[in-house]
Amino acid sequence: MQEFMQQMINGLSLGAIYALIALGYTMVYGIIMLINFAHGDIMMVGAYVGFFSIAVLGSNIIAALLFAMLSCAALGVIIEKIAYKPLRNSTRIAALITAIGVSLLLEYVTIFFLTPDQRVFPESAFPLHNYEIAGLVISNKDIFIFVLAILLMLILQYIIKKTRTGKAMRAVSQDPEAAILMGISVDKIISVTFAIGSALAAAAGVMIGLYYNTINPLMGIIPGLKAFVAAVLGGIGIIPGAMVGGFLMGILETMVSGYGSSLYRDAVAFGVLILILLIKPTGLFGKNTGEKV
Amino acid sequence: MRVNKRVVLAVLMLFMLGVVAGCGASQEPTGENAAPEKATVVEKIPVGINVELSGAVASYGSNARNGAILAIEEINQAGGVLGKQLEPLERDCQSKPDEAMNLSAKLVGEKIVAQIGPLVSGAVAGCTPVMMKNQIPLIAPAATAVNATVDENTGKTRDYIFRVCFLDSDQASRMAEFALKELKVKNAVIFGSTSDEYAKGLAKYFKEAFEAGGGKIIDEEGYVNGDQDFKATLTKIKGKNPEFIYVPGYYKEVSILIKQARDLGIKVPIAGGDGWDSPDMVKVAGAAALNNTYFTNHYSVEDPAPAIQAFVKAYQDKYDKVPDAFAALGYDSAKLLAQAIKDAGAADPQKVTEALAKIKDFPAITGTMSINEKHNPVKKIVVIEFKDGKLVSR
Repeated sequence: MQEFMQQMINGLSLGAIYALIALGYTMVYGIIMLINFAHGDIMMVGAYVGFFSIAVLGSNIIAALLFAMLSCAALGVIIEKIAYKPLRNSTRIAALITAIGVSLLLEYVTIFFLTPDQRVFPESAFPLHNYEIAGLVISNKDIFIFVLAILLMLILQYIIKKTRTGKAMRAVSQDPEAAILMGISVDKIISVTFAIGSALAAAAGVMIGLYYNTINPLMGIIPGLKAFVAAVLGGIGIIPGAMVGGFLMGILETMVSGYGSSLYRDAVAFGVLILILLIKPTGLFGKNTGEKV
Repeated sequence: MRVNKRVVLAVLMLFMLGVVAGCGASQEPTGENAAPEKATVVEKIPVGINVELSGAVASYGSNARNGAILAIEEINQAGGVLGKQLEPLERDCQSKPDEAMNLSAKLVGEKIVAQIGPLVSGAVAGCTPVMMKNQIPLIAPAATAVNATVDENTGKTRDYIFRVCFLDSDQASRMAEFALKELKVKNAVIFGSTSDEYAKGLAKYFKEAFEAGGGKIIDEEGYVNGDQDFKATLTKIKGKNPEFIYVPGYYKEVSILIKQARDLGIKVPIAGGDGWDSPDMVKVAGAAALNNTYFTNHYSVEDPAPAIQAFVKAYQDKYDKVPDAFAALGYDSAKLLAQAIKDAGAADPQKVTEALAKIKDFPAITGTMSINEKHNPVKKIVVIEFKDGKLVSR
């Protein structure tokens, strides 16, 4: 039982990271039906910005987090304007392939300028402290990641449900043409979506750097793919779905490693993706709506 | 029909061009036959250094090259070999086996007495046919694959291929012996990378040696290179209460893994192989987490032996960094070659090959070595312990 509880803690902290990345995927998909494969790499850029603001500028962790989120919000908007906007009326496959191109561009530009070597996140930015409660080990980092993830998700929910911008986002998501007729600037709303999604990815990047101590230019690929699975699991385009999907994914992986075999972990993760697509393509929270023709 | 004839003609011409080019290539051996007379006139002994200076394993190749160049400079300053200066011909094989092979062929054309490098077993395998055909010895600084010096199909030793590093089977059994005899553990868990042959080989050889020595392997787990979260598997391992954990893999994952193991309260010794050798270990895992961890390595920078300290100092003076194992192996390769030329009494590839096969008790930085009948060095493997962030050899 004690081991099971420890595995739950492991799963929740891993899941919090997946959930944060999955939110960005889901938001962008909800608005413009694009799977932004560069999302994991924006997370990597966020981790690097966080790293440099701590290691070079000497800022504290909160300032580094905010700085990374702001920079990546700007990066997300720029990528959207340059790479995706010209293709908005093209086929979806064209935009998808461009997203893969942007992903590779971000990875290899980073490698070119910052070398492929891993960098060690400064430990002093957030010293580790372990709490032992009834034989369970919980670190302050576990708590920080979990609380921050929940907090950011709540803020996001608030923005989407209660603010004018959020209302406009939902409107664009439901019917972009009708939204234009209602006087909503679709371009602006899409920019805001990319900004928020990328800022969440940056937060996840800094957290990964903090949690695992190292960052490298290709760190976004695997977490990005897993978060994509999490978003599909919850129902892509649905925000609470991404949160639940992320946590489920983290717990699932942990349980497979802990009680099955660590060798089957990724096979199970991607097996789940295939199963969902076969049984309930709209995901756990998705509604079965017929496609408009 | 007319067009067809033209096509046939064009193909024929191309074919003939190929024949002419083939003739050009086959002229090389004739040129070589003339070499011995020339060699008596030339005062320099050309040595090929064909290593990975760029590409995926650029750091291995560049450090080995630095070590080899340092050794050659020392030898030349002390008067050279047989009164002649060694002349290093440096080539970059870009971490590609096919490029390594092409460069070997070119170096052979430049009348080298022997080639040092490449580092990686795959690239050495690329050069092997060229060296065997031209009967010129190759000294591999760090190729740990068994079949680098022995043809696994026939069981025959490759006549012209030698190495100065230990084999993976040697280092894994050394660690098994260390765990059983010096740490006195009775059971162990193996938790290694499953993404590369190196780590899988170490895991296999460790298991064989540990069980042969009376130990019990209670669990085997794996991870994939690039993983960052090992907590689930570590929690499972903790539940089994092992006395020892063997983690074959590279420092990138191992450093994070050890940190997470200690965070979860796993206090038993953790050990691995030469893939752990990197300054990043202490930076990522932290000095405290690394206490009670051990790895087998080619040599230790902290070794107080005067020869090793002299080498470390000379290397630091020249390159302004601490020599890693690859630098030491590159240095040893060049020194071993110089010894073989001296023993042979002539800078003749055939005689040098015979001398290399007879090397006994050669005092190398990576341990006093003798070359055995499989062209592998026989030497003692050091076990290094992390003590408060410092490397201490056991």
